[in-house]
Amino acid sequence: MPDPSTSSPKIRVVLAKLGLDGHDRGIKVVARILRDAGMEVIYLGLRQTTASIVAAAEQEDADAIGLSMHNAGHLTLAPAMLAALDEAELDIPVIIGGIVPDDDVEVLLVTGVAAVLGPGAPAADVVAAVRDVVVS
Amino acid sequence: MTSSHDDWQAAFDASPQRDAPFETMSGVEVEAVYGDAPYPGQYPYTRGLFPAGYRSRLWTMRMFAGFGTAEDTNARFKELLRHGGTGLSTAFDMPTLMGRDSDSSWSLGEVGRAGVAIDTLSDMEDLFADIELDKVSTSMTINGPAASMLAMYVAVGEKNGVARGHLAGTIQNDILKEYQAQKEYIYPPRPSMRIVTDMVKFTTAEMPRWHPISISGYHIREAGSTAAQELAFTLANGFAYVEAALAEGQDIDEFGRRLSFFFNSHIDFFEEIGKFRAARRIWARWMKERYGATDERAMMCRFHTQTAGVSLTAQQPEINIARVALQALAGALGGTQSLHTDSYDEALALPSEKAARIALRTQQVVAHETGVANVADPLGGAPYVEWMTDEMERQAEAVFAHLDELGNGSILEGCYTGIENGYFVGEIADSAYRFEREVNADRRIIVGVNAFTEGTEDDDPNLLRIDAETEAYQLKRLETVKHDRDSAAVANALDQITTDAQDPTINLMPSIIDAVRVYATEEEVAMAMEKVFGTYVEQAIV
Repeated sequence: MPDPSTSSPKIRVVLAKLGLDGHDRGIKVVARILRDAGMEVIYLGLRQTTASIVAAAEQEDADAIGLSMHNAGHLTLAPAMLAALDEAELDIPVIIGGIVPDDDVEVLLVTGVAAVLGPGAPAADVVAAVRDVVVS
Repeated sequence: MTSSHDDWQAAFDASPQRDAPFETMSGVEVEAVYGDAPYPGQYPYTRGLFPAGYRSRLWTMRMFAGFGTAEDTNARFKELLRHGGTGLSTAFDMPTLMGRDSDSSWSLGEVGRAGVAIDTLSDMEDLFADIELDKVSTSMTINGPAASMLAMYVAVGEKNGVARGHLAGTIQNDILKEYQAQKEYIYPPRPSMRIVTDMVKFTTAEMPRWHPISISGYHIREAGSTAAQELAFTLANGFAYVEAALAEGQDIDEFGRRLSFFFNSHIDFFEEIGKFRAARRIWARWMKERYGATDERAMMCRFHTQTAGVSLTAQQPEINIARVALQALAGALGGTQSLHTDSYDEALALPSEKAARIALRTQQVVAHETGVANVADPLGGAPYVEWMTDEMERQAEAVFAHLDELGNGSILEGCYTGIENGYFVGEIADSAYRFEREVNADRRIIVGVNAFTEGTEDDDPNLLRIDAETEAYQLKRLETVKHDRDSAAVANALDQITTDAQDPTINLMPSIIDAVRVYATEEEVAMAMEKVFGTYVEQAIV
């Protein structure tokens, strides 16, 4: 079925937990929100590496990658993810969700993260953020 | 007067009393208990475990802390003890929780971030430096590699002249809920259960002041369950550990009295109080009637409570102080044995020192100013509270019946099956999503998030930052320890663990203690067992 809001093909999003962090409540809720909004969601699960995410994104022809981080590792892990995508010559926007202090949001955006979604972000904002980064 | 009341009076008279005025602030003297039998301290303990409630002893104010290096956390521990904290509770960083050393490629960016980094006995020595291990009780929140941490604590005690028999505390060691909610496992469920039962046996024989499992609903709730699911899954896991220990031929009255629990105190006030009261009643009945405990202490559901981290908002974070106060009050009215109050900045970062102090002060206000500690189970007998207690019990019993059926009459097997077929994670994810939809539809109001949002754009408060140097510093420490230790002794000790792991009749604790004593790392010990036990990978389902 075509995505009813755009009549273009379904947006395909790869979601993953990168590294050891096991907090998966948020990312599972986000997976359902995006699926309910008509997107194709590929959830890779826990304990993924940058290499496993790159491989999945390539294989699944992902339009966007969503990573959830709750352990304050974002300033290390997000740049590592971007570098791995560069290395693989994949131009796929990366969205970070989870617990990221305001000051770090700017840092992540400057580094090349496409969007950052904080705790309590409404479902509509989550869907809009994914659509925005895919369109641009 | 009923004989039940006479029994209570006799027990009350024999109980110690705190030196405090048990009267209202207007000077009205109040009784120690009101309402009907069974009274506090009487089976099935719905109204509390002890006849005098908090008149004998207030709950333990046990603040969970850990960040950076062992020295950083040691300083925070001493700060909390100086400010009136009465027990320690250790938060480990993610690599430590997963059995990984700081120099593992998995640990990049995670060292010392969400807790303290412990790689070897050397770190544990610094963590507890200048703390009298025979005077404080220590809780360690760790599960997959729990055996290594307990072994290191025993070894630190030895170095400081405190024999293992005098060490008091709790290690979480609740592996079942890891597969259901927190996801910090290493091995598959069945070999993990062997480690748990080995630890129960070891501590029962050698560490009389130690609680070898803290059966935890906290993480189940944080992952999104309802109150009744938290209650049901937690107690079911408790039954599973009991069945596993019974299958090993252990005496229920011996190990039963050393099991303890850990619940969440969320924001729906009466539901939480009903949950706490129901937990005591269910546990007592099942231990006595299904499992045959005869010692009353083995029927008592002792629990620690932590306020709900997941209820805290990043928006207008100062409001969280009010949420935590209400949740702490529910914990006190529910009769908790110990309490951690969350810091208001936890939706943004690890607690700053000031935020942690305010959190401790919050429970001190509940304990010393509100008067709720003067009367045991002050809400007992209130129709709504009793109805809610019954309702929580009814919902939990329905879950037990389901698990019993899944396991053909064994809750232990039912829990294994529920882990394997995705029952637990599915139920929890469904509840989390239902709640999220209600918030998104504005059917539920969260102040500062979907209503009353003026002020939400204010700047973040001063947050705790873990500087990048922590990781580099910890790596250097680990390198030094590895360089200085007797590597042949380490290799031999690790081989012994692997050998012992192959024989399920051998208790793993002695060989693990021997290994950490010669500074084998946490990951080396974990890998020595992984050779035999294998690893667990969760099937990713949404």
